[in-house]
Amino acid sequence: MDLDRLRQEAEDCWRIEPAGAMRVPGILYANSDLVRAMDDKVYEQICNVAALPGIVAASYAMPDAHWGYGFPIGGVAAFDPEQGGVVSAGGVGFDISCGVRTLVTGLKRADIEAKRERLADTLFAAIPAGLGSTGAIRLRGGEMDAMLAGGAKWAVRRGWGRPEDLDYTEEGGCMAGAVPGEVSEQARRRQRDEMGTLGSGNHYLEVQEVVAIHDTTAAEAFGLAVGDIVVSIHCGSRGLGHQIGTEFLRSMAMAAPRHGISLPDRELACAPIRSPLGESYLGAMRAGINCALANRQILTHLARHAFERVLPQADLQVLYDVSHNTCKEEEHEVDGKPVRLFVHRKGATRALGPGHPQLPPAYREVGQPVLIGGSMGTASWILAGTRESEQRAFSSACHGAGRAMSRRKATKQWHGRQVIDELAARGILIRSQSYRGVAEEAPGAYKDVDAVVESAETAGLARKVARLAPLICVKG
Amino acid sequence: MNLNARKANTGQGSWEHFSHAADIGVRGFGDTPEQAFEQAALALTAVVTPPERVQPREAVDIRCRNPDPELLLFDWLNALIYEMAVRQMLFSRFEVHIEGAQLQARAWGEPLEPARHRPAVEIKGATFTELKLAQDASGRWVAQCVVDV
Repeated sequence: MDLDRLRQEAEDCWRIEPAGAMRVPGILYANSDLVRAMDDKVYEQICNVAALPGIVAASYAMPDAHWGYGFPIGGVAAFDPEQGGVVSAGGVGFDISCGVRTLVTGLKRADIEAKRERLADTLFAAIPAGLGSTGAIRLRGGEMDAMLAGGAKWAVRRGWGRPEDLDYTEEGGCMAGAVPGEVSEQARRRQRDEMGTLGSGNHYLEVQEVVAIHDTTAAEAFGLAVGDIVVSIHCGSRGLGHQIGTEFLRSMAMAAPRHGISLPDRELACAPIRSPLGESYLGAMRAGINCALANRQILTHLARHAFERVLPQADLQVLYDVSHNTCKEEEHEVDGKPVRLFVHRKGATRALGPGHPQLPPAYREVGQPVLIGGSMGTASWILAGTRESEQRAFSSACHGAGRAMSRRKATKQWHGRQVIDELAARGILIRSQSYRGVAEEAPGAYKDVDAVVESAETAGLARKVARLAPLICVKG
Repeated sequence: MNLNARKANTGQGSWEHFSHAADIGVRGFGDTPEQAFEQAALALTAVVTPPERVQPREAVDIRCRNPDPELLLFDWLNALIYEMAVRQMLFSRFEVHIEGAQLQARAWGEPLEPARHRPAVEIKGATFTELKLAQDASGRWVAQCVVDV
């Protein structure tokens, strides 16, 4: 992206003046190198989102932004239902409520050193990963409805977890307003055998080591110290979410003329929040969020069992569970007044600042943990929400490194076997059913996650707490 | 540009993949829209595994309806993705008939065997991004879109 098309507002903050159909400006948070490396399509997508009905304040892009579907990945946009605001299936994404859950283990690096290979193999056997893998749980009829309404709360009730896990999961583990009846038979059928599965693509379960602490107060509140071993799970709502996304993308695109919405790109398909279709999507999408929360809860249970077999002294506790593909109704201050807005975060993480009432008491002083997944050879990060983030982008931050290279290009540049061997030489164990899948996710295919996180901090979106280095990666 | 492309057995249609920042595009070429749809479906399978690894042993019937030909392509690919997901199958041979808004098709394939097919990735859905059904200058039909993986 050409910097000349942007006006610098502050360090790592760039503005696109409203032009043409744009109702609000575009705001892009990133350093100049990251901006220059971004596709022009990101610029176009920020502007397109800024033209949607009822958008409030600005169309935002996070430092890890890249070309997405209608909305950029790394896009944040809030809509006011009283101003004709819309909800967009593309603005949430196909993998509804994809997110990261991080668990502390009570273990230090030295505790796992001798058992690393066995732990990797045990986790790979315990965690269904990749295409064709199915979970041990089969959901039928009423049980599917209970899962869609109850989320992680349902999973804990069924014995897959501990009640305290829910205190450290967004929404207390259960998204309110889910309407299972809005979830189609096809979506249910796609999910029947997929509870407790990781999926594929960029999804993973990683064992990581805390290698640096940048904020000791927040790290202490989160229970993190240098040398600690943590587990991070990155996945979403599986086939059910994909099917809901596909179906509503189609119906919103087809209904747009009826709603008087002209779409510069069909992928921006949306419906007024206050319309039968908008409400129907919100009910289904929230059920999809519950599916993702339940899924990560079941995977937590499976990871606990795997650790028990190899390292019985481990105690896996949920640090936090946060989604980065959602649309949530939230209260924000606009022009000094509290307003209920529908905030889309597509590849962006909610980042509530200190004092926010939705935070668990243990984190209230320091802000919400913001879990950033990196690539399998570099690093992941734990950040904390800031007070300024509310003003910057409705309390939002980046979600990952962001891809720098297409899958196609990555498979030409690397071979999976070679990536696995090189990482093994650096002490990182990869377990995957697909060499090509590994090549597509090669660390070099991603942006520099450290630069992304640095920009998020400079821009005031979130502040750095801990850097995590991968030791074992079960790749979906 | 056609580095991932393969010629179909018939010697007529062909397919290729194209790049998208995070995902991958599927593109089918053919003398007719039907053939371009069939080739786009082969490109779809190739996102997961090389189609020649998939034996066309079992048939599945697929029907979709959409008055917009491009949306019909979107529906066709999503119907295949759905069948792949719920049947845990991969497909390698396709026969598509289109009459107006109505598509009738048969897809042949076999149950997924991870050890043999070595699937690279699961497809979440066909998208509207780069969705196109058109004739190029030489009169050849092109059917394409980006798929989310």
